[in-house]
Amino acid sequence: MIPDVNSLYGPLDPAPDAGWSAAGPRMGFFTDTSVCIGCKACEVACKEWNAVPDSGFDLLGMSYDNTGALTANSWRHVAFIEQPLPAGHRTPPFAGNPTGGSVSAASAAVAAGTGNPTGTQPGVPPGAPSAAARMTGGVPADVLGAPTRAVTANGAGSMPADGAPAGSAAGNGAATTNGAQFLGMPGAQPPGRGSGAESRTDFRWLMMSDVCKHCTHAACLDVCPTGSLFRTEFGTVVVQEDICNGCGYCISACPYGVIDQRKDDGRAWKCTLCYDRLGAGMTPACAQACPTESIQYGPLDELRERAAQRVAALHERGVPEARLYGHDPTDGVGGDGAFFLLLDQPEVYGLPPDPVVTTRDLPRMYKRAGLAALAMAAAAVAAFVGGSS
Amino acid sequence: MGLRTFIEGWPVYRQLTGTDPLGRGAAAQSGRSAGLTARTETADSMARSVCPYCAVGCGQRVFVKDGQVTQIEGDPDSPISRGRLCPKGSASKSLVTSPLRQTKVRYRRPFATEWEDLELDVAVDMIADRILAARAETWEDVDDEGRPLNRTLGISSLGGATLDNEENYLIKKLFTAMGALQIENQARI
Amino acid sequence: MAEAHPVGFQWVMEAKRRGAKVFHVDPRFTRTSAVADTYLPIRAGTDIALLGGVVRYILDNELDFREYVLAYTNAATIVSERFEDTEDGDGFFSGFDPETGSYVQDSWQYEGHESDSGSGHTAKERDSAAGLRHESHGAQVSGKTQRDETLQHPRCVYQILKRHFARYTPEMVERVCGIPREKFLELAQAWTENSGRERTGCLIYSVGWTQHSVGVQYIRTGAIIQLLLGNMGRPGGGVLALRGHASIQGSTDIPTLFNLLPGYLPMPHHADHRTFDEWVDSIRHPGQKGFWGNSRAYAASLLKAYWGEKATPENDFCYGYMPRMTGDHGTYQQVLNMIDGKIKGYFLLGQNPAVGSAHGRAQRLGMANLDWLVVRDLFMIESATFWKNGPEVATGEIVPEQCRTEVFFLPAASHVEKEGTFTQTQRLLQWREKALDPPNDARSELWFFYHLGLRLREKLADSDHPRDRALLDLAWDYPTHGQHAEPSAEAVLREINGYDVTTGRPLASFAEAKDDGSTAVGCWIYTGVYADGVNQAARRKSRHEQDWVAAEWGWAWPANRRTLYNRASADPQGRPWSERKRYVWWDSEAGEWTGHDVPDFEKTKPPSYRPPQGASGPEALAGDDAFVMQGDGKGWLYAPSGVLDGPLPTHYEPAESPMRNPLYGQQSNPMRKVYDHPVNSVNPSPPQEHSQVFPYVFTVSRLTEHHTAGGMSRMVRPLAELQPEMFVEVSPELAAEAGVAHLGWAHLISGRAVIEAKVLVTDRLTPLRVDGRVIHQLWLPYHFGFEGMVTGDSANDLFGITLDPNVLIQESKIGTCDVRPGRRPTGPALLDLVEEYRRRAGIVPGRRPPMVTTEVRHPAGPSDDGPRENPE
Repeated sequence: MIPDVNSLYGPLDPAPDAGWSAAGPRMGFFTDTSVCIGCKACEVACKEWNAVPDSGFDLLGMSYDNTGALTANSWRHVAFIEQPLPAGHRTPPFAGNPTGGSVSAASAAVAAGTGNPTGTQPGVPPGAPSAAARMTGGVPADVLGAPTRAVTANGAGSMPADGAPAGSAAGNGAATTNGAQFLGMPGAQPPGRGSGAESRTDFRWLMMSDVCKHCTHAACLDVCPTGSLFRTEFGTVVVQEDICNGCGYCISACPYGVIDQRKDDGRAWKCTLCYDRLGAGMTPACAQACPTESIQYGPLDELRERAAQRVAALHERGVPEARLYGHDPTDGVGGDGAFFLLLDQPEVYGLPPDPVVTTRDLPRMYKRAGLAALAMAAAAVAAFVGGSS
Repeated sequence: MGLRTFIEGWPVYRQLTGTDPLGRGAAAQSGRSAGLTARTETADSMARSVCPYCAVGCGQRVFVKDGQVTQIEGDPDSPISRGRLCPKGSASKSLVTSPLRQTKVRYRRPFATEWEDLELDVAVDMIADRILAARAETWEDVDDEGRPLNRTLGISSLGGATLDNEENYLIKKLFTAMGALQIENQARI
Repeated sequence: MAEAHPVGFQWVMEAKRRGAKVFHVDPRFTRTSAVADTYLPIRAGTDIALLGGVVRYILDNELDFREYVLAYTNAATIVSERFEDTEDGDGFFSGFDPETGSYVQDSWQYEGHESDSGSGHTAKERDSAAGLRHESHGAQVSGKTQRDETLQHPRCVYQILKRHFARYTPEMVERVCGIPREKFLELAQAWTENSGRERTGCLIYSVGWTQHSVGVQYIRTGAIIQLLLGNMGRPGGGVLALRGHASIQGSTDIPTLFNLLPGYLPMPHHADHRTFDEWVDSIRHPGQKGFWGNSRAYAASLLKAYWGEKATPENDFCYGYMPRMTGDHGTYQQVLNMIDGKIKGYFLLGQNPAVGSAHGRAQRLGMANLDWLVVRDLFMIESATFWKNGPEVATGEIVPEQCRTEVFFLPAASHVEKEGTFTQTQRLLQWREKALDPPNDARSELWFFYHLGLRLREKLADSDHPRDRALLDLAWDYPTHGQHAEPSAEAVLREINGYDVTTGRPLASFAEAKDDGSTAVGCWIYTGVYADGVNQAARRKSRHEQDWVAAEWGWAWPANRRTLYNRASADPQGRPWSERKRYVWWDSEAGEWTGHDVPDFEKTKPPSYRPPQGASGPEALAGDDAFVMQGDGKGWLYAPSGVLDGPLPTHYEPAESPMRNPLYGQQSNPMRKVYDHPVNSVNPSPPQEHSQVFPYVFTVSRLTEHHTAGGMSRMVRPLAELQPEMFVEVSPELAAEAGVAHLGWAHLISGRAVIEAKVLVTDRLTPLRVDGRVIHQLWLPYHFGFEGMVTGDSANDLFGITLDPNVLIQESKIGTCDVRPGRRPTGPALLDLVEEYRRRAGIVPGRRPPMVTTEVRHPAGPSDDGPRENPE
């Protein structure tokens, strides 16, 4: 059989191309992030079925994402993105809510119905720096460059000293005034936010369950020297754990940074699209668990059709930001077997905007290498011939 | 394995002779991969159960092989959950098979700093003795005006809400007959 | 809902897909808010003000579903002229008795029935959490009422309601709740526009709503709206309580609660229920309409199930064996009694109060002062190891070598290792098949209690002490099977269902229960679950093979009815209100009620039926009395009795609040249950002074990744890793004010405890402008404790103990605190810090804040040595 001209690049039905002459329709995932509720059932269901070990017990501070990324020990990963942006069709969640510091101690006291000095013993002495700072909150850390608390603690005089705050608060002031990218460093602003408690009315919280894309042109597979990575009859890409020798070529080849090496056994691991379940006619564990049908499994053609309709419906409902990602067979990886409906640029979710199969140029390279090899062979033959004569 | 089979099993042979000249699919499939089946298919038994976490009542299918729970997943027949489970429900297998699960009786005697072992039967017997002693010590027959009380306020109980109805029924029945009134449940909390 | 009940939330998403609008009200922006159409941040503890605003909006604009309201609610009923509203009493209804701190309800009654209020004083009912009885039915009220169908009578319920909520304007909602009026109006408009003849709206709450000092009244307000809009008993309508535990509904139906017996029969009270007749009459209210008229049969059959052949009509079915309540025996009273050394032994059955109950320190100190403690659980939870690893060991308050509590840890069987039924949140019983045997010593509760009972009876076999008769005469003989002699759960379910004593035939419906000793019924509302000798709860006909009501999946009480009061889905003449919303209707040709569900009405009673003079019980229900468990057959906009703290919901501030009540001089619920115990304290709230010492409001709730006190999630690897650490969520504004940093540490201080947590600074929390000032709220998960794969301080440690008066559930959704950066002190220094705050706040442990605050609206001079004396 002659390989398809698009075997390495361009639109292709990958399973027949990989020798599955009786292959059924190509199967895949459509992950509709517009209905994702970030419950992480997919992460857990995947781990339970595939016996994937834990990926660490660290509070990452990236909203509710404590998984961090797709790794050898996390084959589904739910990203959480908190954005001070409008959600189009919705009423701004924080419209009419105040920002900035609270009102003065005096007015707070009036509102609290006391309206009188609070007495000196016991109680907070009126006019004390501590009380003022506390009730006004008008001394934000990034203005003074020092934490409000320091004032309070000193002012009150009776408070036990605090351990950490001075350094960390100062640090955060610096971090936030720069408006820099969130680096997981302590700061008084949420990750990604600019400086100060600026006015905010709009807000949205994006969630997205990421997974291996099961590319039409899977570089991981193309570079695998052992045949561990292979294309299944469902058109998916699977690492065969009995073959993998941990060489790691696939890891640098993946344009999405999905495939990863497990530290304790050295082998590469990633989503198999539950190859064993598919064989039994079952749905992959994540899609089966997903409460809101954010993760849909099925023949890729049907999914693409459904996704197009969903985008159209969302556009009609005033969600112009809805878009598909990885659905296009003419893109750099020939389209993904697992594609997405996103509500923002792919970069926002940590996805590459324009992935290209890293083995795209292989045919050209093979061609050149082949010519060179032929020349070598000819030379060798000539040598043999010459030698025998 | 004959030579022929051996050679036919050789990926390069399959690659050269089969439908997969680039050796990226059918020819590369390993024996293990070819033999893979979903373990739910080969389970010894499947029990139809209900998720033990929240009160939505999602249907679960519990698969058992060789005396071990090998998988718990959503029951697609359920009109409540339609086969879906949240992360907690999805973690049910890890819940029932957790290495932290305590499966032996532990006993801490008064003023001790460590646990010790105890036979289950002995534990039940000791608890029965303590119940009877507490009752004897704190029993109230009647109130100040001679109206019946029939009770002990020396024994308390607080149950979780993952107790079955049948269990709650027996607990209430037995405690009531014991005169133990102070029976409470998560439902109060 | 997406956060704590994700799989149930699929139906909300389904509705949304079909065009439903979703509103989410929460102090914190959650996963639910993320997909809702409109999110309304609210000041915790002000829901009655918000919902009261909706009630006012409906009445002011006459948007109620008038035909429904007239036919099915008590809107037209005339109330006693002695009734005075909170508008006239500065936050008090008529009948408040400062002596007992409770109401005499005579003046709340319907016109001409002023003597119907039962016991008069409600203090006793508060102590026995009598409100819980009404989970399945309304309170006592006469069936015959005076009505004004024009709704013009100044004392008809409709007009009273209108006056009561007149000041709950959009401006007031903004002032109290911090919800801008535009947003409030968006909610009110959408709710009313999507209700009525052709459309229905659904109100969903999670049971955090119950955890307030006015919790029951929260839910009442929701019910009033849904009744006014005609959303009860109809498809797509209703008030849906999302309960948080697998069988927490079952745990109230077949209660392990001190004040209830199965089927919401009350536990006898020593003074009111001396005899069987007194007890039964207090339940059935002779002369009242509805199905509680038959309760003598339910009560007799329960005792028959308990004491078998020893229970006869002649000996009042062994009623004399029943233990009697004398007051409050609830879980919080118990814990205080433990601290006082009054309780010898304590059973914990899959429950972890060291983390899950309010005032964790009190819980742990109580457990450290027992003779013995039995913990039955899957894991080594905090409540089993408090003597060793608890925070009080670090502070020196519990010294293992001096802690006398003898602890038995008995491993429990998991849900797959035993069979039985759970009752889920919509009253649906589902049978679980057993997958395998429990490992090693692990056993089911069924096993433990059955064998414990056998052991006790064995030990008492020769006893002639009268107190042991109840145990020895108990019907305690269940078939067993397997190597461990596991009792048959099916046999227990059959007894719960009830059977004919002579033939053994399982009863098909509670109508078959008899009061002559010929039937035994363990829980009358569950009768039918074993009809025809078949375990109906085990039915699992696929959803693909039946209609959307799915009546053949499991079994719902009562009578496998999926929607309660569904008679209201048809108009008074029995016709569906609309074709779109057709559910149950009268088929005049067949002469019966029919539809998609089991009709919640006597099957052949026509809509035109009118009861004869002097009828009572079910016979007295007219053909259009849709609310068949209510004494007057009507849905109650106004509750003349049964709700102890008022016939109508009224906004009171939480027991701990930084705010003066903007609506009334009365600050907090005057009937809330408080405990004057040295271990307990309440942070000061206005009009008390020093509330500024605890300037912030904190609230707690769940994360999707964890379950309750964490015993079933912090011990489970794939869940523990998803939320691996205790944290607190604060707004950027509060972070700047308090000087705390993202991913840095903070500690929170209340009058009870100090806890530490990592800080998540997030836009999902927002300051609120409330009554001219800015209120900061922070949020904590309550799942963490000191055992398990992931650990952290327990949020519930911050709370004191204040309870709702109707059901004695604690206010654990809101408290006040201070926030400081950095880690908390350890050891004795931790106690010093709390003490320091107490001193500054003027808290004297054991002394409660004033219960009545109408007189102290403007406090006097600065001299103050702590909270004012209680004027009671």
